[in-house]
Amino acid sequence: MSGETVKLLGHWASPFALRVIWALKLKEIEYEYVGEDLPNKSPLLLEYNPVHKKIPVLVHGGKPIAESLVILEYLDEAWKHNPILPDDPYERAQARFWARFVDEKCMPSIMSAFTKKGEEKEKAAKEARENFKILESGLGKKQFFGGESVGFVDIAAGWIGLWTRMVEEIADVNIIDTAMMPLLESWFQRVLQVPILKECLPPQDKVLERFKGFHKFLTGGSS
Amino acid sequence: MAEVKLFRTWSSPFALRIVWALKLKDVPYDTIFEDLANKSSLLLQFNPVHKKVPVLVHNGKSVAESFVILEYIEETWKHNPLLPEDPYDRATARFWAKFGEEKVLLSIWEAFNSEGKEQEECIVKAKENLKYLEEELKGKKFFGGERIGFADIALGWLADYEGVFEEVASMKLIAEDEFPLLSEWKRTFADAPIIKENWPPRDKLVIKFQAIREASLLKKLGN
Repeated sequence: MSGETVKLLGHWASPFALRVIWALKLKEIEYEYVGEDLPNKSPLLLEYNPVHKKIPVLVHGGKPIAESLVILEYLDEAWKHNPILPDDPYERAQARFWARFVDEKCMPSIMSAFTKKGEEKEKAAKEARENFKILESGLGKKQFFGGESVGFVDIAAGWIGLWTRMVEEIADVNIIDTAMMPLLESWFQRVLQVPILKECLPPQDKVLERFKGFHKFLTGGSS
Repeated sequence: MAEVKLFRTWSSPFALRIVWALKLKDVPYDTIFEDLANKSSLLLQFNPVHKKVPVLVHNGKSVAESFVILEYIEETWKHNPLLPEDPYDRATARFWAKFGEEKVLLSIWEAFNSEGKEQEECIVKAKENLKYLEEELKGKKFFGGERIGFADIALGWLADYEGVFEEVASMKLIAEDEFPLLSEWKRTFADAPIIKENWPPRDKLVIKFQAIREASLLKKLGN
């Protein structure tokens, strides 16, 4: 099975595609990257992910898998080398819990702070701060969510500090509060010092420009 | 002797997933019924992040979020597996479980909480999502194949609660002629051993969801 070709349909600015790239690199899996031009979805993407028509999609031996966290679990099960989930079922449950929390709570509140204005924006930013505070409780005093080395949650969320800083700058909000979340803040920096993760980051100035474009479009320009 | 406790409510379809999984795997457990208007201190202790049911407590350690709990149960008690062995088939099951939660449930719930033209539009969206499930059932008795699996448990609310939603909201979603496979799956799943013994009383569900719908519609009028 591991002899078959692996293809990743992604987008250079997508943090969800980045999750999969990080996992592939950490597990030393050879793959072919196919960058999508997102307004113009390729026939290949539409064929491989007809339900959501989104990236990332992993294609292994011609068979597609969509949804980034589903892909991460698949990679860990199909390639046993350098596991990203721990062995113990309870620890695995914790990892899955926090990855979901990032997607279902952290992300929407950050997006809300990015797209809303005035009082609604401040309310969303407050919620985003509280969610980060809760996320910090999953990290505790550990170096990484995965313990001594990066694991599932680090891969799922390692980019979020950087992305949030951009949101803060563009939308003029405060979400990362050092006093409120000192452990999480140092994790934001520590995780991106890991060489494999750092070298896969897309050019930050380009991501910032892209975000600025979105912000203008979504809010009509002013905050 | 391992100690397993499940925090649930009589009506939660999410908690019901855990009842099914534990019973299908012959795992003995104690039930703690919660009144969500008056949450117990134990619930708040065991699920401080979301303060919701279901929560599974195993040997004093708690796991929250129904899909996370299902994976935990699967990995802890190997008897009667809910996920297939092959990693690709496992990814497929997880994909459909996620789709059921994020697309099907959401769109049906929106149709449930609306009326008139708005409801008609929601119904169109819900049916588009249901079509994907109908496709997925081709040639299969259950989403899991010959036996009930992870995706069936995740989607199981469709076999009972969905009918309650249709009745209360005066809408038809899963018609026999439009969704023959899904209609058949509903019957087979609802009537399967263990599943059929654990549905909450329908008349009570109707009353409960009637109240929920009325409150939603009232709230919308007020906006």
